[in-house]
Amino acid sequence: MKAWLPAMLRLAVLLLLVVFITSPNWFEPLLKPLTENGAPAIYNQGSLLTLTLQHLRIVLVATVAATVVAVALAILVTRPAGAEFLPLSRSLVNIGQTFPPVAVLALAVPAVGFGEKPTLIALFLYGLLPIFENALTALTTLPGNVMEAARGAGMTGWQRLMKVELPLSAPVILGGIRLSVVISLATATIGSTVAAKTLGEVIIAGLISNNLAFVLQGGLIVAALAVLIYDGLSAVERYAARRMGQGAE
Amino acid sequence: MTLRFDKLGVVIAAIVAYAAFLAPFATFRANRIVPGQARPILEALPPTLGMLLLAIVIVGGIIALLRTPLILRLAASIVALAALAVLIGVAGSFLTPAGNTFARVAPASGFWLLIFAFTLLLADVLTRLNLSPWSRVGVLIIAALAIAVLLISGSWDSLSILKEYAGRADSFWAEASKHVTLALGSLAGAVVVGIPLGILCHRVDKLRAGVLNVLNIIQTIPSIALFGLLIAPLGWVALHVPGAAAVGIRGIGTAPAFVALFLYSLLPVVANTVVGLAGVPRAANDAARGMGMTDRQRLFDVEFPLAFPVILTGIRIVLVQNIGLATIAALIGGGGFGVFVFQGVGQTAMDLVLLGALPTVALAFAAAIILDAVIEMAATRRRAVETA
Repeated sequence: MKAWLPAMLRLAVLLLLVVFITSPNWFEPLLKPLTENGAPAIYNQGSLLTLTLQHLRIVLVATVAATVVAVALAILVTRPAGAEFLPLSRSLVNIGQTFPPVAVLALAVPAVGFGEKPTLIALFLYGLLPIFENALTALTTLPGNVMEAARGAGMTGWQRLMKVELPLSAPVILGGIRLSVVISLATATIGSTVAAKTLGEVIIAGLISNNLAFVLQGGLIVAALAVLIYDGLSAVERYAARRMGQGAE
Repeated sequence: MTLRFDKLGVVIAAIVAYAAFLAPFATFRANRIVPGQARPILEALPPTLGMLLLAIVIVGGIIALLRTPLILRLAASIVALAALAVLIGVAGSFLTPAGNTFARVAPASGFWLLIFAFTLLLADVLTRLNLSPWSRVGVLIIAALAIAVLLISGSWDSLSILKEYAGRADSFWAEASKHVTLALGSLAGAVVVGIPLGILCHRVDKLRAGVLNVLNIIQTIPSIALFGLLIAPLGWVALHVPGAAAVGIRGIGTAPAFVALFLYSLLPVVANTVVGLAGVPRAANDAARGMGMTDRQRLFDVEFPLAFPVILTGIRIVLVQNIGLATIAALIGGGGFGVFVFQGVGQTAMDLVLLGALPTVALAFAAAIILDAVIEMAATRRRAVETA
């Protein structure tokens, strides 16, 4: 495969996505065969553009919060003062991953009510785990000689953290964030079962009215977003790795 | 004597203090959907039992707070959890007026926080004890038996979640078996197809990138959309392929859910098979070739056993993920515990949500512990073989 082909493909997907969410009606003839009894082929109970932006906003807010908390926790348990929490935090992460997102979502409803809040909580909790795990792995497997050198150079604990440990861990932490974003993009659609405004609304409207065109457009927008964001973050990750001189890929 | 504090204990003690004195222990509602009234421990239980429970959690909190021997911490967490489990049932019958079948008593935030705090203590002790895989499974079995005893003895019958269950006992077990069939069946399908596919990808370089890319993209399609998209092709198959409808293939219901879970399961199985096979030491392969083993013998006697722990890890990911995703099958009529979750969300009846969510979490949790133990045993055996 030629080197420019994947890049062109991504650009094409991005263009198609932007055109689709801004002027979905152009695509009506394509989706029309999927509908029955003259049902509308393009989601008509709200703008796809607004829903997409709301979807992305929920994912962004949840991911930023999850990143801050997860990285802070990982730093805490890898310092001497927090070392006692390290084994427990590992088991908690393991246990946490067994909670299904639907259950988290449904259980958050009695605490905070319907709408965006339970979705944010579920995405936040679910997003924590991959980031925490990767940050922990990165911070506990730093090359020993580098740490020795930093200590030998007379750096304080804070300087070592900010100038050596975090920059070296950045690629792996970014990998965790990427995983977390992709999971959140898909999980946010389930948020619409508890009345959050996301692209899931389109899919669920399609499931309820037996309109495949709705299901397809909702699903494809989310999938395209996920693929593009995954690729974009992978590129950022490779850039960070190259800067750290770990250009393995 | 100087008192030394346990750092985790400070957190646990703080949660215990808040949960025992400030948060409600149980909620009482006149019927299943009206807002509830909060009851603290001393109002939710008969006076002696209330004082007893307070004493137990306070002593437990102090034991957690101070640096105490592991065995004492283990005992404190188990006694506290057992007392909470038994007494929430007592609170249920104590708060329900005699003969009233509409009133609902549910555990409230204080109860859940206390359970969380002492589970944290127990998890910490168990982590520090560094149990062998078998003993971890043993602990799981003991916990499951204890819960079964409480359920069968009827001591939780006055709690709202079991009142929801009582009205749906038959459908509960039908949905439970559908849920397990969906999760395990799609896993079995993914193993049967995914492992040979993984071996093929390992052998044929050209295939690898293509197959893994396609499977990666499938993973990014949101589950509810994938479930929905399969309705059309399967409906078509049911109409046009003779015999398909007879074996249960239909546009809505279990068939699309099964196929969607199967598709999601393929990536972890195939990817882990490829990674596992790639990680087989070259020396082992060279030695096998030198001994005159055929390709087939090499695969089954050398490569596969060595890659097994990694493949098992993929299977663990799939099983835990499938148990969670199977709840979404309910949205397209596929059944499973999701039926109760979505019914509950629709009726804003949280006890019904719990009836669906708690068994799902318990199943996923048990599956994770059991498979982790199996993986650890397989990995230990692999290391033993390698060093021998």
